[in-house]
Amino acid sequence: MNTHAVSLPLRIVPTAMLSIRRPQRMIERSAYVYRRGWLILLSGFFEPLLYLLSIRVGLSALVGDIEMGGRTFSYDEFVAPGLMAAAAMNGAVFECTANVFYKIKHSKLYEAVLATPMSAGDVALGEIGGAVVRSGLYAIAFAITMWALGLVASPWMVLAIPAAMLIGFTFASLGMALTTFMRSWEDFEYVPAITLPLFLFSTTFYPLSQYGEWAWMVGLSPLYHGVELVRAADLGVWDGSIIGHIAVLVGLSVVGLAVASRRIERLLLT
Amino acid sequence: MLESGYVACRGLCDTPVMDVRPVIMARSLVKRFGDFTAVNGIDVEIVPGEAFGFLGPNGAGKTSTMRMIGCVSPVTDGDLRIFDLDPSTDGREIRGRMGVVPQLDQLDTELTVAENLLIYGRYFDISRRDCRAKADELIEFVQLAEKRDSKVDSLSGGQKRRVSIARSLINDPELLLLDEPTTGLDPQARHVLWDRLYQLKERGATQVITTHFMDEAEQLCDRLVVMDGGEIVAEGSPQGLITEHIRREVLEVRFGYGRNEQQLPALDGVGSRIEVLPDRLLIYDDDGDAALSELHRREIVPESALVRRSSLEDVFLKLTGRTLIE
Repeated sequence: MNTHAVSLPLRIVPTAMLSIRRPQRMIERSAYVYRRGWLILLSGFFEPLLYLLSIRVGLSALVGDIEMGGRTFSYDEFVAPGLMAAAAMNGAVFECTANVFYKIKHSKLYEAVLATPMSAGDVALGEIGGAVVRSGLYAIAFAITMWALGLVASPWMVLAIPAAMLIGFTFASLGMALTTFMRSWEDFEYVPAITLPLFLFSTTFYPLSQYGEWAWMVGLSPLYHGVELVRAADLGVWDGSIIGHIAVLVGLSVVGLAVASRRIERLLLT
Repeated sequence: MLESGYVACRGLCDTPVMDVRPVIMARSLVKRFGDFTAVNGIDVEIVPGEAFGFLGPNGAGKTSTMRMIGCVSPVTDGDLRIFDLDPSTDGREIRGRMGVVPQLDQLDTELTVAENLLIYGRYFDISRRDCRAKADELIEFVQLAEKRDSKVDSLSGGQKRRVSIARSLINDPELLLLDEPTTGLDPQARHVLWDRLYQLKERGATQVITTHFMDEAEQLCDRLVVMDGGEIVAEGSPQGLITEHIRREVLEVRFGYGRNEQQLPALDGVGSRIEVLPDRLLIYDDDGDAALSELHRREIVPESALVRRSSLEDVFLKLTGRTLIE
């Protein structure tokens, strides 16, 4: 029996999927780091917040009301959940791209961690878990802001928090997987080149009906599925399609996590 | 308490003295990276409590061997067993029972000295309370109490190395892997480290050390192998290797650059063996002073002459025909 072929999946799958005790250690580590520099945590939160304020101040009145599910909403009510989803994406992407690259290439953190009982799967799931926590914090902060501005349309809004965390999971997994293929800091120029179009064209600012014959392309954006979930919760308007949105996000998360684990193993356990 | 032997008694004290199962056993161990063979079929057996050295120049395969033992590098071919376990399937358990000091410090630069130890203990699933107690004890042990809450970035090379050693002890390892523990350190820092490693050895920890410093191998190792080009070229105790391969003393004479070889005919019969280097001649003899007297008797006058105890470096020179540090 080829022991390498057997041990490789054993090392990734059960630990990553079934045990969260070890991955938690990576979150514990991040807590140590952020305890001293918690302000940096907020960085990804301000951009969507400023958009929201700007729209609320001027744009909303110009655009007028939007009808969804037989009810009408003001434009800022419509946009707010989209921006909340974008904040969750930002949190995850910040945490799992440049940060992870630094830890792989420069600080050698993962090499030190992999010399202990921790596995590549533990490291990947732990770092992604940390990003989910960050996304969750952004979502909560954003939800409180929305509530203060009178933009919460439904008590179902509480479900927008787990929806935002799922978005975080998806983007952290995909971001980390992508990061393992990057060779230098220049490659990170591509990150905003991906996240900015996603931010603009994921039904964040206007409904799917406005996209006309390009609507199918919007479906390719993971953020679109996230925006739809957060908006459904926030406005309290939903149908069976949310199952599909959840399935897409969960599917992408699992693929991203598996690729990230595999790649970390490839890169560091040579 | 330090005296209670917090390092490594698990494997030693529980088992009957008669049963000395090797901590590490390698048979025809091979590591390849593509076409390049880093380790080419080595056999090694290391018993509990032993301090074992891998000696060799850069690129000899020492670090590749260490990484395989550390279960962070898959074995290409051959057998490797650590604690009688298989690294390819039991890597997690094996790693949980050993401590690793890598060649380049991999400290968590975003954290303080104490936090480095605390979180590292957590990776081994040690409770927070035990981690705290252990961390304080180890910081004391490596004499860094006043640096406890400093970021590791601000420490000197020697201090970082000591943090690395403290961190590697957080889980009471039965086996300690030290990859070039003192490379790049000043003499004072080296001696502090040697002293700590010697204390650990006294408490029964099995140590595997790679080095390209001869004096370090002589100081720290009970037994060692000399590696060159991925293979083991000699094995024994430091003193055993010296007596087996060369004489007790060396007379180093210099006749000026490039003029050393011309002196060989005149030196015929002096010493037991003569090694020609570009800048000097090494004359091996059990009595270096006697060899020097013989030179004087023959009225051979070198620019300089020096009698010294022979070292592992001389063994290496004889075995591989070149100096160790290139």
